[in-house]
Amino acid sequence: MMMPMLDPDVVPPAAPARPVPGRPLEIEALVREHVCVNDEYRYLSLDLPDGVPHARPGQFYHLLCPGGDGLEPFFRRPMSVYRVEPERNRVGFLYKVTGTGTAAMARLWPGDGFNIFGPLGIGFTLPADTAPIVLLGRGVGLATMGPLVPFARENGHRVTAVLSARAPELLMSVEEMRIAGADVLTVTDSEGTSAVPHVEGLLEDLVAQGRCGALYVCGSSRLTRLAQSVAARHGLFGEVALEQQMACGVGVCFCCVRPFRENGETVHRRVCCEGPVFPLAEALA
Amino acid sequence: MIDLSVSCGGLALANPVMPASGTFGLEQAGIFDFERLGAFVTKTITPDKRLGNPTPRVSEVPRGMLNSIGIPSKGADAFVRDVIPRFAQWRPPLVVSISANTPDAFADLARTVSVAGVAAIEINISCPNLEDDGKAFAMRPESTREIVRRLRDATALPLWAKLTPNAGDVGAVAQAAEEGGADALVVANTILAMSVDVDTRRPSLGNVMGGLSGPAVKPIILRMAYQCARAATIPVIGCGGIATAKDALEFLIVGCRAVQVGTASFIHPSALVDVIDDLEDHCRANGIARIEDVIGSLDLTQAERDMIGDAALEAHA
Ligand SMILES: Cc1cc2nc3c(=O)[nH]c(=O)nc-3n(C[C@H](O)[C@H](O)[C@H](O)COP(=O)(O)OP(=O)(O)OC[C@H]3O[C@@H](n4cnc5c(N)ncnc54)[C@H](O)[C@@H]3O)c2cc1C
Ligand SMILES: Cc1cc2nc3c(=O)[nH]c(=O)nc-3n(C[C@H](O)[C@H](O)[C@H](O)COP(=O)(O)O)c2cc1C
Repeated sequence: MMMPMLDPDVVPPAAPARPVPGRPLEIEALVREHVCVNDEYRYLSLDLPDGVPHARPGQFYHLLCPGGDGLEPFFRRPMSVYRVEPERNRVGFLYKVTGTGTAAMARLWPGDGFNIFGPLGIGFTLPADTAPIVLLGRGVGLATMGPLVPFARENGHRVTAVLSARAPELLMSVEEMRIAGADVLTVTDSEGTSAVPHVEGLLEDLVAQGRCGALYVCGSSRLTRLAQSVAARHGLFGEVALEQQMACGVGVCFCCVRPFRENGETVHRRVCCEGPVFPLAEALA
Repeated sequence: MIDLSVSCGGLALANPVMPASGTFGLEQAGIFDFERLGAFVTKTITPDKRLGNPTPRVSEVPRGMLNSIGIPSKGADAFVRDVIPRFAQWRPPLVVSISANTPDAFADLARTVSVAGVAAIEINISCPNLEDDGKAFAMRPESTREIVRRLRDATALPLWAKLTPNAGDVGAVAQAAEEGGADALVVANTILAMSVDVDTRRPSLGNVMGGLSGPAVKPIILRMAYQCARAATIPVIGCGGIATAKDALEFLIVGCRAVQVGTASFIHPSALVDVIDDLEDHCRANGIARIEDVIGSLDLTQAERDMIGDAALEAHA
């Protein structure tokens, strides 16, 4: 599979860039491709109508999974973009069937319509000065991290991805991330390499080798806490992508809040519009 | 040209469709055209800063949702300073929803938000009154009459009383709100409900119980709106499960002068504007020149009238 080409105008080199979210739209998209990636994950790509805004890495869409046959999801489901292909007007999602909505989504066939709303939220920011970055992802967190690789590479950052899974056959994106220009390290439960002390050792080595100027994490609160302590120890820039049950997706309902530390106080922030990507140090993981 | 305008609760509205409190905010500017709405209704604010309830705050049920947001609030002063002025750039009138846990605090808050730029105050009296064992003001007619009277004295702005469907006799509460001096009734807030995950045996909400909204509640709230429209002479604004123009028409036909759309906007972000467009289309297709002609047009036989009339009398005996 091809990796995405992202908007080249996203980031002025050497300045911290906050992708500007496009104005979200309710879109009737068409399913282009729908395949099993492994026993647990599926990849769904969509053709978008002309002229719609495209997502930045870390942004998400709110998907209206179709009902029928006893599956009647009521809410939309939030899903990060895994691939963004503005020049081909396509977007792709990597997802795991976990319940009603994703099971309904799994029944879509190429050619079916799929109502999506987005792009939503605030995506990843790159560090200043083309500092090398390290991504740390587990499970579905890898989906969220996917588009960060080409985004960072196109903006001159060296990228190392540390990918974690229960077993080697459940690791995803290894080849895609390599093709997109990342150095990929894998750790798994079954090989006994995914425990925190071992991953911490890997990260410390990367810092010592000058390969970790910034840390990005998604998909595990254990890894988030680890990333927080490594980043704090070395004064690294860092971001975390978070999930929470969501209703409106645009910030009005205050359903999807998570706790953060801000000036010594605990505050709530909305994952949908103040995130899903947040400053690593402030999240209470 | 179809005339969608209505007068409602002291305001002249360009059309009878507005958002429900807690489901609308400045964040939606640019997602749909704010100029199209009949009015703006903001999320309930409280006098002081509050964090709101624990997560998960939301869970879905068949054709609806449970929420236990609580009322996270930045406080009244921040709202008056930062939010109210921003609505001045659009034409629709601004209705500000307020709540508090004591009559004194409620009255103070009503005074605080009675500022230029606010066209009416919606009072969310479905919240607990700490001076009455934590029972919501709108649970009983007496406490409703008292709090509305108190707020009537505190502000010159039109007052819309938002009732709770958890009250035993909503018609009697509606009459009490009118006697207290309300200019309109919003019927209604969410229905107290819960759900449980059978595998974990845990409640689905962090707050254990929460409010049910969405299409699932529509028949119940429609019945209550009808009862309130018969019990009171002030306008009733229907609110509960409205997702389409047909839903809105049901509420108008039973006597509501306007409607609020809440949960539906979470599924279709432009639901409010779609309801307005489709109301207009419905009128055009059916030769209705003015939406006023639809309001209260429920077609009942004399026998049905007699039957319903008796039932309504019984309910208020
Ligand atoms: C910003 C964001 C990005 C995401 N990106 C991806 C992705 O790229 N790939 C992927 O597989 N999953 C992703 N998720 C998680 C995905 O939203 C859930 O797996 C999905 O909503 C589950 O729905 P369901 O109906 O199958 O499960 P159910 O358990 O039946 O869902 C019940 C309710 O809980 C909500 N819910 C359940 N799990 C989650 C969760 N982890 N996060 C938020 N809400 C949840 C559902 O949306 C639904 O409202 C993301 C979540 C967020 C918030
Ligand atoms: C997420 C959410 C938040 C709400 N917050 C408020 C609120 O702050 N004040 C209020 O009076 N009603 C609040 N409500 C109730 C709605 O205004 C409305 O009365 C109810 O949802 C029924 O309408 P609906 O079915 O169209 O959503 C809230 C509802 C939801 C779903």
